[in-house]
Amino acid sequence: MNAAASASASVVPSGITYREAAHEAIRAALRADERVFLMGEDVGQYGGCYAVSKGLLDEFGPERIRDTPLSESAFVGAGIGAALGGMRPVVEIMTVNFSLLALDQILNNAATLCHMSGGQLNVPLVIRMATGAGRQLAAQHSHSLEGWYAHIPGLRIVAPATVDDARWMLAAALACPDPVLLFEHIFLYNMQGQLTAAVEGVNIDHAAIRRPGRDVVLITYGGSLHKCLTAAEQLATEGIEAEVIDLRTLRPLDDETIMRSVRRIRRAVIVDEGWRSGSLAAEITTRIVEQAFYDLDAPVSRVCSAEVPVPYAPHLEEAALPNPARIIDTVRNVVAQSEGK
Amino acid sequence: MNAVAPAEVTREHGLLLLREMLRIRCFEDRCAQLYGESKIRGFLHLYNGEEAVAVGAMQGLGAEDAIVSTYREHGHAIARGLTMNAIMAELYGKQTGSSRGRGGSMHIFDSSKRFYGGNAIVGGGLPVSIGLALAQKLQQRPAITACFFGEGAVAEGEFHESLNLAALWHLPVLFLCENNFYAMGTALARSESEIDIAAKARSYRLEAAAIDGMDVCAVETAVRAATERIRRGEGPVFLEMRTFRFRAHSMFDAQLYREKAETEAWQKRGPIISLTTRLKTAGLMSEADYQRLEREARTEVEESVAFAERSDWEPLSDLERFVFAERTQ
Repeated sequence: MNAAASASASVVPSGITYREAAHEAIRAALRADERVFLMGEDVGQYGGCYAVSKGLLDEFGPERIRDTPLSESAFVGAGIGAALGGMRPVVEIMTVNFSLLALDQILNNAATLCHMSGGQLNVPLVIRMATGAGRQLAAQHSHSLEGWYAHIPGLRIVAPATVDDARWMLAAALACPDPVLLFEHIFLYNMQGQLTAAVEGVNIDHAAIRRPGRDVVLITYGGSLHKCLTAAEQLATEGIEAEVIDLRTLRPLDDETIMRSVRRIRRAVIVDEGWRSGSLAAEITTRIVEQAFYDLDAPVSRVCSAEVPVPYAPHLEEAALPNPARIIDTVRNVVAQSEGK
Repeated sequence: MNAVAPAEVTREHGLLLLREMLRIRCFEDRCAQLYGESKIRGFLHLYNGEEAVAVGAMQGLGAEDAIVSTYREHGHAIARGLTMNAIMAELYGKQTGSSRGRGGSMHIFDSSKRFYGGNAIVGGGLPVSIGLALAQKLQQRPAITACFFGEGAVAEGEFHESLNLAALWHLPVLFLCENNFYAMGTALARSESEIDIAAKARSYRLEAAAIDGMDVCAVETAVRAATERIRRGEGPVFLEMRTFRFRAHSMFDAQLYREKAETEAWQKRGPIISLTTRLKTAGLMSEADYQRLEREARTEVEESVAFAERSDWEPLSDLERFVFAERTQ
């Protein structure tokens, strides 16, 4: 069951897909700025592993829609060099799983050159990659490592979770003088939504409240957003109104939006497809404890992936990942703990 | 390109080459002293013995060209025209250093000189050089990118990925492999099944040659020929510069992996002594000329030490600056 697709499809039966929105974002960026080019494995003739760049080769040609060999380190490093040289590259790494082959370039060059050069250099590079599990692709193709990347100073990490953000966040990322890693959850590509024409003030700085509530705040991002929205609908039938925060940007974190909701609602559950230990959820929990401890009515809870490499078999994989049922159970537990306070 | 005739050297040009090599040698010798005095800390990799590569190569590179370098880059930086003051102050960790004290010896940068520094991960600069060259090509600029790296990088995947991309995309890159025969303590033959590095480059359909990296004139001639070829749009070139470092890998190296006799043999044909002999034999330079050049180099180095000594530390309040850009390109 694709919770993401069903959640949004029930809300908006028509519109454009996340895939189309991401495609339009790249196309608009290529049209707007001749310094922009797209580079990665199978982005050209194949049309993109997730068909995001289909048709762009015909429109923009092989210099700007640049197929690369399976050389993640070299083409990510080439993106860094091209950014230093005055271009605005969009590098597509097919999935976050393969980004590990380019980790040296991302961490030791993209994230550090500005600082190591005393601010002389900056790297205006966008790296897009698919992330997440849920398709029975087993351990090597199911990672959610955006929380890992969010550990690194010098990087900006964004995770568009709606068609509007898929369409509009890329331009903000390209306007940024720093390296931006943009994570697209594999379950979002087929999601349909209504695109807002020319959204004002789309940024890569702030979280967004996707559903207002009063009893518990669900803090999440990316593919898990739609699991949270599904859970929130179910909880509402039980009389529990969940507020849902879509982080949008995982580094730097928007503490202000998080704490404002936490202080008002006093109960928080964090939903993160990363492994629990050392996760983004752990970081957010700590920040809540540091900044809003005395406002809490119950301990902060987390719904994360089980601490195993993601397994293949459908029942095992489903049990390993956050899902609406686990989110609902966790919320019920948090609310029950604090009843009567 | 192996067959390029040795360049005729004029007095003026010969003295320029010697002057540049002496500046680097004096700078490096002084750095070793300052390390002993704990004025310089961290890792310090000195360039003694390899001066001909940096000095010869820079003769063929213009202000518009981009340079990517390694952690043994003081010589590249000096030859590229960075001031000794900025470099020495960086080694001291001072605010007036090229990276305001955030880089140290291994991370010297100067964006105004298109000197993209100071990469301390072996092979890590190679992909960056591909991107700089790609930008030059896409912008249809006449510039090229020169990438220095050691023979140790040949064992890294990034070497092979980058050479392939350069050839595949016909990029204006000059690969300058400084083969000093030891990757820290590992001799080339102990780490590579094929020790002919130029042959590896040719397997990627790159124009490649091995050059005597102890002969500054041979380096200059080869680099000029290579850059002209690249500027004509004939694709990337790979030059293996055979050289030797006279000092240890870093300041923590007892050099147990090589015989003293090997180092001494290379020192006899070192770049400075070779050029000095050549210029004197040809009657182009006197001992007094040499003494003057050396004195001037020492003076410049001492001035940089004084500059670093009197420079301020970056304030602690600026600790978290430059994580994100404060200006756009």
